[in-house]
Amino acid sequence: MEQRNTVIHLEHVRKEFSVDNRFFSKGKRTVKAVNDLTLDIKKGEILGLVGESGSGKTTLARVILSLTKITGGSVLVDGVDIGKASKEEKKEFRRKVAVMFQDPASNLNPRETVESSIMRPLVLHGMPKKEARKKALETLRSVKMDERYLYSYPHQLSGGQLQRIAIARALAIDPQIMILDEPTSALDVSVQAQILNLLLDLQEQRNLTYLVITHDLNVIRYISDRVVVMYLGKMVEVGPTDVICTNPSHPYTKALMAASPILDPTLRGREKSIMKGDPGSLIHLPEGCHFHPRCPCAMALCAKEEPGCTALAEDHQVWCHLCK
Amino acid sequence: MSEELLRLENVCIDYKVRDGYLSAVKDVSFHINRSEIFAIVGESGCGKSTVAHSIMRLLGKNAKVTGSILFNGRDLQALSDKEITGVRGHDIGMIFQNPLDSLNPVYTTGNQVNEAIMLDGVDKLEGWKKVIELYKDIKMPDPEKRARAFPHEMSGGMRQRVMIAMMLSRNPALLIADEPTTALDVTIEAQILEIISQLKREFHTAIMLITHNFGLVAEVADRVAIMYAGELVEEGNVYEVFAHPVHPYTRLLMAALPRQTKREGRLQTIDGTVPRLTESKPGCRFANRCPLAKEICFDQDPPVRRLSGTHSFQCFFAEEVE
Ligand SMILES: Nc1ncnc2c1ncn2[C@@H]1O[C@H](COP(=O)(O)OP(=O)(O)OP(=O)(O)O)[C@@H](O)[C@H]1O
Ligand SMILES: Nc1ncnc2c1ncn2[C@@H]1O[C@H](COP(=O)(O)OP(=O)(O)OP(=O)(O)O)[C@@H](O)[C@H]1O
Ligand code: SF4
Ligand SMILES: [Mg+2]
Ligand SMILES: [Mg+2]
Repeated sequence: MEQRNTVIHLEHVRKEFSVDNRFFSKGKRTVKAVNDLTLDIKKGEILGLVGESGSGKTTLARVILSLTKITGGSVLVDGVDIGKASKEEKKEFRRKVAVMFQDPASNLNPRETVESSIMRPLVLHGMPKKEARKKALETLRSVKMDERYLYSYPHQLSGGQLQRIAIARALAIDPQIMILDEPTSALDVSVQAQILNLLLDLQEQRNLTYLVITHDLNVIRYISDRVVVMYLGKMVEVGPTDVICTNPSHPYTKALMAASPILDPTLRGREKSIMKGDPGSLIHLPEGCHFHPRCPCAMALCAKEEPGCTALAEDHQVWCHLCK
Repeated sequence: MSEELLRLENVCIDYKVRDGYLSAVKDVSFHINRSEIFAIVGESGCGKSTVAHSIMRLLGKNAKVTGSILFNGRDLQALSDKEITGVRGHDIGMIFQNPLDSLNPVYTTGNQVNEAIMLDGVDKLEGWKKVIELYKDIKMPDPEKRARAFPHEMSGGMRQRVMIAMMLSRNPALLIADEPTTALDVTIEAQILEIISQLKREFHTAIMLITHNFGLVAEVADRVAIMYAGELVEEGNVYEVFAHPVHPYTRLLMAALPRQTKREGRLQTIDGTVPRLTESKPGCRFANRCPLAKEICFDQDPPVRRLSGTHSFQCFFAEEVE
């Protein structure tokens, strides 16, 4: 395999939010949303990110975009430390990296038509209005929407239409890196297929880099080259897509893959493996392995000592005592 | 119990827009019984949320509804504003598609759920205990702390679960859930589905489940309807529809599921896009994309036909496929 350059490098990244217990304040408590995470994203790859709801995925995306200040570690994009970037470098960065957020509606201005929403970032980056208008039309078509929706306002659009506008806005700036947080969660499977095909075509034509966050395991399996699995603010496993989806090693990844709904009503009565226990707390993190209170394989060691990284193959790492 | 709770009869919904009337829902009829989970799937923008909002009478002023919507035999459109508010509070509950839009950013989520509980005359402290209990039911981590968190301090999936808790607190006879689990991982989703099934079993709640996720439909629905561009193109018992989908749109939709990896090639799609319909003319709305379409499809409304007592579809030619 060719040696590909790293475009995003995360080193020991931490992000903590303080929760002031407004009523029973006894010392400061923090939510450790991203906890000591080290990861490289290579040029031209599609990296999938999955994990429990509330495990820090969106926070990680915001960290990469420097929309939130990290509490530790560093983030390098194309070799530039975004914490120390100059104004020029930041501007450059915004042209290079596009993002599509999880709640598309809340990121669109309710008083702006679809057309001007897509045009605004383009004009900000210095594109002449006429050209920007053409671009808006082009991208709207590419996300499979009737061009007459250009003059609609956000409240006149359905959930999936808003999601496609958000994708169109991200695509319009011709980015090199795209961060897509649940890009197709509001789309039916046929429009989803059109959008995934479009994303793949663009990626191949322009060698783009994607970070795709989603709960849809079918989408992850289809689109990504590598998959990162997070649990309570930490990476628990990373590896090539087929390994993670068909032959995972970490007990959490296994539980996640096993819980995927089956597309056949006659199998409803089957034995379901619903994971035991309540979701873990990012405020009172368990000692040892964060997953041990819910892990079906936990051993005495797991409650005491945090597992280190074990490389099962050059490109497959897992954080679990079982896998040593 | 197969007592009918909700019935829509020939419902049409048009939105007045800048360039005329946008026909969002055309001639839709269906019913939901008590203790039944009725799923609606369909193309993005085909009118699912519009149907849901019309039942709750939450559509904007620019929407025009015709046809009848009967709940427990009562015509919901004929109710006074006061009466419909009562129905919304007690009889019909809704989980909205976009939680961030429906939660108030300046109040803690616990307070908002408590507001809903206090509508029943429960006092504040008692209500708060109920909030914590509900947060435990919906698998919120650190329920006491999270109840004091503001919406922006929560993850997408946590906000979605707040919406679910709010609805559970009301225990309505009909629950409309518009994409309730899109921000949840599959393990929490499975637990929420279990809660929904429990509502049906224990309280005989009728549930209208709007979703794009065929997995959910296969897991919990009793009946399923497929919509395309404002029309209900197929409807039936979930086992029958999954075993033998008939309408060309249903069949193509089911084939578009990503079951492979990109190495095996691009996903199958349906060519073309849904037109934005602002002029009314007869004909099947799927005709311009349909592999079976003949001339007649473009100028006449297709008939509703039955495959069995519990499975119907709307098409001239569909059953000729095989
Ligand atoms: N502004 C904030 N203040 C306090 N806590 C926050 C804030 N933003 C996020 N959090 C907390 O950080 C944790 C991680 O949230 P994040 O949104 O990154 O999760 P996620 O993995 O994207 O989950 P989901 O899949 O549900 O979207 C959560 O516990 C959340 O409550
Ligand atoms: N207030 C409004 N004014 C004008 N048009 C509207 C309004 N609300 C919705 N529409 C249009 O009506 C159609 C149906 O929208 P609706 O939100 O019901 O779709 P949906 O089936 O819920 O889609 P999704 O799965 O993407 O959420 C869409 O074409 C949308 O653009
Ligand atoms: S380290 Fe122990 S508790 Fe953690 S996942 Fe592995 S076996 Fe389970
Ligand atoms: Mg998120
Ligand atoms: Mg909708």
